[in-house]
Amino acid sequence: MKVSLFSTCLSDILFADVAKNTLEILERVGCEVDYPMEQTCCGQPAYNSGYLQEAKQSMKQMMKAFKHSEYVVGPSGSCVGMLKEYPKIFADDPEWAEEAKRFAAKCYEITEFLVDVMGVTDVGSTFKGKVTFHSSCHMKRILGVKEQPKTLLRNVKGVELVDLPMEEDCCGFGGTFSVKNPVISQEMVSEKSRHVAETEAEYLVGADMGCLMNIGGRMRREGKNVKVVHITEILNTH
Amino acid sequence: MSIKLGEVPYKDRVQTGIEDDFMRQAVSSAQGRFRNGRLTQAAELGNWEDWRELGSEIRTHTLQNLDYYLKQLSDNVARRGGHVFFAETAEEANQYVKNIIKKKQAKKVVKAKSMVTEEIGLNKALEEVGAEVVESDLGEWILQLDEDPPSHIVTPALHKNRQQIRETFAKKKGYTGSDTPEEMAAFAREQLRQDFLAADVGVTGCNFAIAESGAVTLVTNEGNAEMVTSLPDTVISVMGMERIVPTWEEMEVLVGLLTRAAVGQKLTSYITAITGARLEGEIDGPEEFHLVVVDNGRSKILGTEFQSALHCIRCAACINACPVYRHIGGHAYNSIYPGPIGAVITPLLEGYDDHKELPYASTLCAACTEACPVKIPLHEHLIRHRQIIVEQEKKAPTAEKLMMKGFAKWSSSPAIYNLSAKMAKPALGPWTKDGMIENGPGPLKDWTGARDFYAPQGQSFRAWFKQRQKDGETS
Repeated sequence: MKVSLFSTCLSDILFADVAKNTLEILERVGCEVDYPMEQTCCGQPAYNSGYLQEAKQSMKQMMKAFKHSEYVVGPSGSCVGMLKEYPKIFADDPEWAEEAKRFAAKCYEITEFLVDVMGVTDVGSTFKGKVTFHSSCHMKRILGVKEQPKTLLRNVKGVELVDLPMEEDCCGFGGTFSVKNPVISQEMVSEKSRHVAETEAEYLVGADMGCLMNIGGRMRREGKNVKVVHITEILNTH
Repeated sequence: MSIKLGEVPYKDRVQTGIEDDFMRQAVSSAQGRFRNGRLTQAAELGNWEDWRELGSEIRTHTLQNLDYYLKQLSDNVARRGGHVFFAETAEEANQYVKNIIKKKQAKKVVKAKSMVTEEIGLNKALEEVGAEVVESDLGEWILQLDEDPPSHIVTPALHKNRQQIRETFAKKKGYTGSDTPEEMAAFAREQLRQDFLAADVGVTGCNFAIAESGAVTLVTNEGNAEMVTSLPDTVISVMGMERIVPTWEEMEVLVGLLTRAAVGQKLTSYITAITGARLEGEIDGPEEFHLVVVDNGRSKILGTEFQSALHCIRCAACINACPVYRHIGGHAYNSIYPGPIGAVITPLLEGYDDHKELPYASTLCAACTEACPVKIPLHEHLIRHRQIIVEQEKKAPTAEKLMMKGFAKWSSSPAIYNLSAKMAKPALGPWTKDGMIENGPGPLKDWTGARDFYAPQGQSFRAWFKQRQKDGETS
């Protein structure tokens, strides 16, 4: 199966290991993976802040970059969720409406792709430790991907998965929210950090680096010793 | 008339909320109860998503045919001996009710809980013509005694704990008992009973008006609406023009969604229906019944991309699900409609000038949209508001506009993007220690005020990938 990797700009620039792990997992389950160099950002920072025209410029760039891809797979529920919104955003644009629909239909978040498209629920990895999972808001509510990451995690040898209290609550990142409303954001992430600590897990696992850099950055500031890892790291450990 | 609570700036309101430990504890425990209640009830009913879909269809259909159903309602209320008044503005609605009060020479007005009368500021208007207005919903009564505005649309005194309520009762009503809920409720009941008996006029809101029969239905747990509508000789119901259903059948669906989504109840203790005035040969009901249908900006929302905001049945499930509301409380929104639904409808009803921060008081986590029993896409409406603030109202900060222009250039040009991917690590080098930035420059400052920032791990993924391809070709 031919897959184009959507690294997300965040993982491309700040967290290259997340994209590397995603690539290697896809190859391990038998995909032929390419990486279109023309890709940039899904456009979410501008779109969610109300800058529709600016957002559309990055969205068009993304559609161009992946025009010839069969599948587009990325390690972020939030960014992939954004790609899935393109048809709504370009519905009234005769030049892009059809392309937006075609594009959105072939986009998948990595755990969703593994479980729903590849039919893989056990990637054969081993990872020793007590972990708790933060389900990101956009992944579960916009993309509707809830069980897939947990199914994969449960099948990793050595993983002890414990529930995160109030898992349904947002961590307070919200993109530009974190800098436009820093005071509220801090309260939200502090509460999340408390809940993570309550689980006594050694690792906080998530499928979105946006949330993880928020929670991880806060826990480091508070001197809490919980390691923050993207789910692809666990799925790519043998 | 304004739905605004005061003139305190947004930042100060947020700060006040965050520093109010009592309020935050009360809100957080209530949210927990309501959220669990809603989920338990949804599971017990089964097929919750289908019920939500049905609720959404009913609201969509009704709003699309609002003129038809309002006419039908009006005809049926008149047929049952009631008077109907369509008020375009808050002032018109208040004036109409004031005229009745004057004509009846009413001294005392008892009220059942109603958000729309809060919206139009009816209490103040009636006090201007010398009437004593008494709120009979327990939460509203507490707030009235304390001269405090509601912070939640279903449980208005949510931000108060029982010690605070005891103090209010003691100070304003000479209460000397304990702070146990039972004892305080019994005290309130005794006090309110006198008001019910002495009232000349009863005023209610409306949960659902039934077009086919001209009935106004009210959903309560305390039964106070029952008293308000059966003891005074004159009853006035005030409704937002969208609070209507075609028939009892749709009402049954929506009321089941409302009570489950609001407080996790299958049904409330009381559902009161008023069908006009007492007709000849009937043994009960008020001598005179008035229905005031309030527009106050609603018809301007009809036909716009915000129309579904009028689907709201005021259950507050979005408020209970909202993690932002959880930390700042209702008063921080500075509107009688707080939380996600408040952030959507307040700017629609009253413009952006005083409320431009509200659409940004959300992480867009969509917990509100998920909780809404009639499927209002609340977080999408918040994004639409932001677009209007940026593109039409031109109220966005200049620095942000510049940054977004830069974003568009960066993300639509692979060459510029590539360069930034290469430069990110060296550029952030001076601020980086052990791979982390604790005190960032420029836009990172607000971030690192509360948390550390991760510096780029090493080379970008794309650089690594290019190298990998090259290595593959040469090996």
